[in-house]
Amino acid sequence: MNKAILKIENLTTSFRIGSNYHAAVDDVSFTVNENEIVAVVGESGCGKSALALSIMQLHNKQRTKSEGTINYNGQNLLTLNDTQMNKVRGKELGMIFQEPLTALNPLMTIGKQIEENLDYHTSLSKDGKKKRTIELLTQVGIPYPERTYKQFPHELSGGMRQRAMISIAIACNPALVIADEPTTALDVTIQAQILDLLKDIQSRTKMGIILITHDLSVVAEVADRIIVMYAGQVVETGSVKEIFNNPLHPYTRSLLNSIPSATHEKNRLHVIEGIVPSIAKMDRVGCRFQDRIPWIPKMAHEQRPQLHEVAEGHFVRCTCYQDFYFQAEGDESTHDITQSR
Amino acid sequence: MTLLKVDNLKVHFPIRGGFFRRVVDHVKAVDGVSFELQQGETYGLVGESGSGKSTTGKAVVKLNDVTSGQILFEGRDLAGLSRKEIKPFRKDIQMIFQDPYSSLNPKKRVLDIIAEPLRNFERLSPAEEKKIVQDFLDKVGLSPESIHKYPHEFSGGQRQRIGIARSLTLKPKLIIADEPVSALDVSVQAQVLNFLQDLQQEFNLTYLFVGHDLGVIRHMCDRMGVMYRGRLVEEGKSDEIYENPQHIYTKRLIAAIPDLEPEVRGEKVKLRRKLTAEYESSYSTFFDENGRAYDLKPISSTHRVALL
Repeated sequence: MNKAILKIENLTTSFRIGSNYHAAVDDVSFTVNENEIVAVVGESGCGKSALALSIMQLHNKQRTKSEGTINYNGQNLLTLNDTQMNKVRGKELGMIFQEPLTALNPLMTIGKQIEENLDYHTSLSKDGKKKRTIELLTQVGIPYPERTYKQFPHELSGGMRQRAMISIAIACNPALVIADEPTTALDVTIQAQILDLLKDIQSRTKMGIILITHDLSVVAEVADRIIVMYAGQVVETGSVKEIFNNPLHPYTRSLLNSIPSATHEKNRLHVIEGIVPSIAKMDRVGCRFQDRIPWIPKMAHEQRPQLHEVAEGHFVRCTCYQDFYFQAEGDESTHDITQSR
Repeated sequence: MTLLKVDNLKVHFPIRGGFFRRVVDHVKAVDGVSFELQQGETYGLVGESGSGKSTTGKAVVKLNDVTSGQILFEGRDLAGLSRKEIKPFRKDIQMIFQDPYSSLNPKKRVLDIIAEPLRNFERLSPAEEKKIVQDFLDKVGLSPESIHKYPHEFSGGQRQRIGIARSLTLKPKLIIADEPVSALDVSVQAQVLNFLQDLQQEFNLTYLFVGHDLGVIRHMCDRMGVMYRGRLVEEGKSDEIYENPQHIYTKRLIAAIPDLEPEVRGEKVKLRRKLTAEYESSYSTFFDENGRAYDLKPISSTHRVALL
């Protein structure tokens, strides 16, 4: 078994809305091992990005509250103060953001932005930093690193910008990289290149990656383990093979059925009724997915649903998966457009 | 019946520079594209960003100026018409835009947004107008009271449905959908796609579907064209193109689609490497010395490929 890099236990992150705190990440526990890609999937509003930002502690402290533990290297990141956290962030934990154009500083050259990270965490000389930066740019497959070093973000294409972002994230050889939808803004061909690149870097540096995405096909392509999140909770987790061959939770199955596939025959796509509940209004006692599968009798759900281990390393929340079935074509609720508000 | 025939369409944008901002060169965004749409079918245009697929779509509604070529809509050429002359055709050709967040005016109510095309073409009393808008809201599954709401009060999928309702009010014959689901979540995407299919049957619509997601295009389209650097490199029935791609670019594009089966991952990476090598070694059989794709040649009655 590989060494665990990051161990998250009962992490709950709540946001203040009005005078109350509402949990956007609700009692999430998982570990990331060395040389492993853990994918976190779910629709928008399921708490994936809130989870990523909690690990990096990039939430606004005045309006958020995080409980539980995030164990990295023997210390709980949640107890660190800003100065201590700054030493971890960027050096030990790297982050790749979704939109490279908004995440990069438009007024700084690519080279300077990578060096900024090295400035903070290393004691390299000026020449040393430049050398390292060019080396990084070469590593991420940028064709003319010396030229790109002097260029501004707007002069690069989307794929090249994302490569530059990756080189910032890996500049100090972090043990763990959190990639928040790294390929969502990119074309398929570029997406494939970036995913291959991430795998490639990983095989060299043995880092762990948390890949946050809503695209299950990307997960199938690169991840080792999946965590499916719904309304702030982990609803299903297991190895990629296990989840794709034997998805159990109704939410996972619905997501898989709603993807238009390039390799399968045309038929009607499954539509998940309704929307992800808002964190301020949802019912936190029963199964959070029950409103979106109303044809399943209420009895099938658990009160305060727990994660059940169904196979080794494969956990499913709530008992409703045992009774779940898809409704037949032409039923009222497969054609839900008339119902969802 | 052929509804739309695009023949050797070129859209070139001038690059200005030097003394007096003279035109020094052109960006050939669309460079000689031809295809046909039959009544009631869905035709897909795929390609990566910058391949000219959206420019082609916009040129059909004349949101871009056409440099040369013909756009025959029901036998009449739209390319040479002035703004005024094109106006009656705007009724028949409508557009659904990509981003439901920026394509709806945030300061207008849903009623005004959806009624805007009606107000341009028909003289209706407020009561008649409201009735039509409510009918269409009902068709797209939004509640009648949403008529007085503003776009920010809706989710992404609902906004996209407002955009769709707006494009339907004039009962168009052709709808150009420019990446209508790219900005949406998978579950919402499924909803909008199913819904576009239902509407197609109900109103006998013809779609020109522009997109970069090959899964979506295959799901929706009967026939499709693959664009690369402003040219069509392959065209035919969707199944033919997916199962038997001939052009190296199409092969790479299809190999780049992530697969839902984790078992085949290693092979996919190898296939992609192989295609990249093939792309470099056989470049000259697919592109001329200027990097321009050759003209399309038929390889079967329905399948055309840009080969030497």
